Amino acid sequence: MPGSRRTQRLLQILAPLAVAVVFVAGWQAIVMWKEIPPYLVPSPGLVAHTLYADRTLLLGSLGVTMSIALVALALATTLGVSIALVFVQSRWIEMSLFPYAILLQVTPIVAIAPLIIIWVHDTRVALILCAAVVAVFPVISNTTLGLRSVDSGLLNFFRLSRATRWQTLWRLRVPSALPYFFGGLRIASGLALIGAVVAEFVAGTGGQGAGLAYQILLSGIQLNIPRLFAALVLIAGAGVAMFAATVAVSRLALARWHESELRHDVDR
Amino acid sequence: MKQPGAAEAPIVDIVRVGKTFDNRTHALSDVTLSVRRGEFLALVGPSGCGKSTLLSLIAGLDRPSTGRLSWWGRPFAETGGAGRRIAFVFQAPTLMPWARVDTNVRLPLTLAGMPRTVADQRVNGALARVHLAPFAHHLPRQLSGGMQMRASIARALVTEPDLLLMDEPFGALDEFTRQRLDSELLALWSAQRMTIVFVTHSIQEAVFLSSRVAVMAAHPGRILDTWTIDAPYPRSDAFRVSPTFVQHAARLSASVAAAGADALPIED
Repeated sequence: MPGSRRTQRLLQILAPLAVAVVFVAGWQAIVMWKEIPPYLVPSPGLVAHTLYADRTLLLGSLGVTMSIALVALALATTLGVSIALVFVQSRWIEMSLFPYAILLQVTPIVAIAPLIIIWVHDTRVALILCAAVVAVFPVISNTTLGLRSVDSGLLNFFRLSRATRWQTLWRLRVPSALPYFFGGLRIASGLALIGAVVAEFVAGTGGQGAGLAYQILLSGIQLNIPRLFAALVLIAGAGVAMFAATVAVSRLALARWHESELRHDVDR
Repeated sequence: MKQPGAAEAPIVDIVRVGKTFDNRTHALSDVTLSVRRGEFLALVGPSGCGKSTLLSLIAGLDRPSTGRLSWWGRPFAETGGAGRRIAFVFQAPTLMPWARVDTNVRLPLTLAGMPRTVADQRVNGALARVHLAPFAHHLPRQLSGGMQMRASIARALVTEPDLLLMDEPFGALDEFTRQRLDSELLALWSAQRMTIVFVTHSIQEAVFLSSRVAVMAAHPGRILDTWTIDAPYPRSDAFRVSPTFVQHAARLSASVAAAGADALPIED
């Protein structure tokens, strides 16, 4: 059927949009009809208004939280890939160290954060560290898995061709690991944001460098529920944006890596 | 037409070789076999007869438990595996899925550190010989199974090997493609003056291709019988229905049946 794929794609966008419209309209209707006070549940209209009225404050906080999450993601990626590269050098290294990577993963960040905040004087750095601790595990485990998930026939061929360890790593393991790595990055992007927000809750830093978590905390205490909702909307939006960005980057990078040689052959 | 294997020094000399693996699998016992210069030797036998083990011993990938092997009259200890121009073609094409066909074919030369310009000439030559020149810039997944196998053969030819080891290379292909590749392989063999050791399950393929055939039996893996297929080259499709073909196929069939009589289905 011609055009059925376009219809499909259109539906993919329209269907969730319809749900959103129905949900927001229903929310607005119930709040107005039942006359629910805004300190319990603010109407969507009021949330939108607050978002606009407090835009300087909220966008500033969004910038703080986002920058912490992004730096933490970059740190987690660098660290995670480096650790994975060390792990695949020998089974012994991996066996000795992997349990500690898991230990780091299963210990709740809320429990570790106070320690990190005490030890690291600069709050911003402490928050970045907390978020990175949360985000690093999927990068380590996925990249390690990817570097090991090499076609055994190709590995045999490299061995037969007397390839060096470095050649096998660079020409075989790294390209094989890329799809796995990007899968890990996708999970890590969400975790970095969660880590940044949770750590900020624990730290409770206010003033100049206050992030969205602090705005939520403060709004809760002041019963400024519309602003709390507005901050929530921004955090959710930031999470979706980060996820979408990593999906786009991975699609771009994989397409480039796997087909870059169609255009110009990069060799070293 | 050439007279294969006529009174020339053997390329590989296998004398009373046995191989027992760490798990006490007795893979090979008392195997004596010479690979003669310029011949097309087919190894035929039931699963578990140690064909692949014998092939990896010849490739120098593995060392024998007893007996001795020599290449061009020199033992392994002397040559250390270096300088022997041996290429391997596996049952699967084992191409790098992220790299173009020409990059895949260039791989052994890249790993050996050959300058790009020299390597490219060889790559183009090898691709032309397997009729893949127009597909040099394609990715493996854009090729059919038969074409991927040709790319795999081109990757073996690019090193200009003296000895080509093939482990059931066309086993996974359909009969039409297989017969066509058989004919192409024979043409390459004549043109390149290579020596080929070819492992196969197919009696038809062994008789059609080889100048000499070795039948192996299992438990333990040993050579039951070897004889010359005294049909002249080049062999056309008409050879497949000639009395000579039928006669050799019958003998090979009986020999394989005898070899398989005491064979239990155990992994190769």
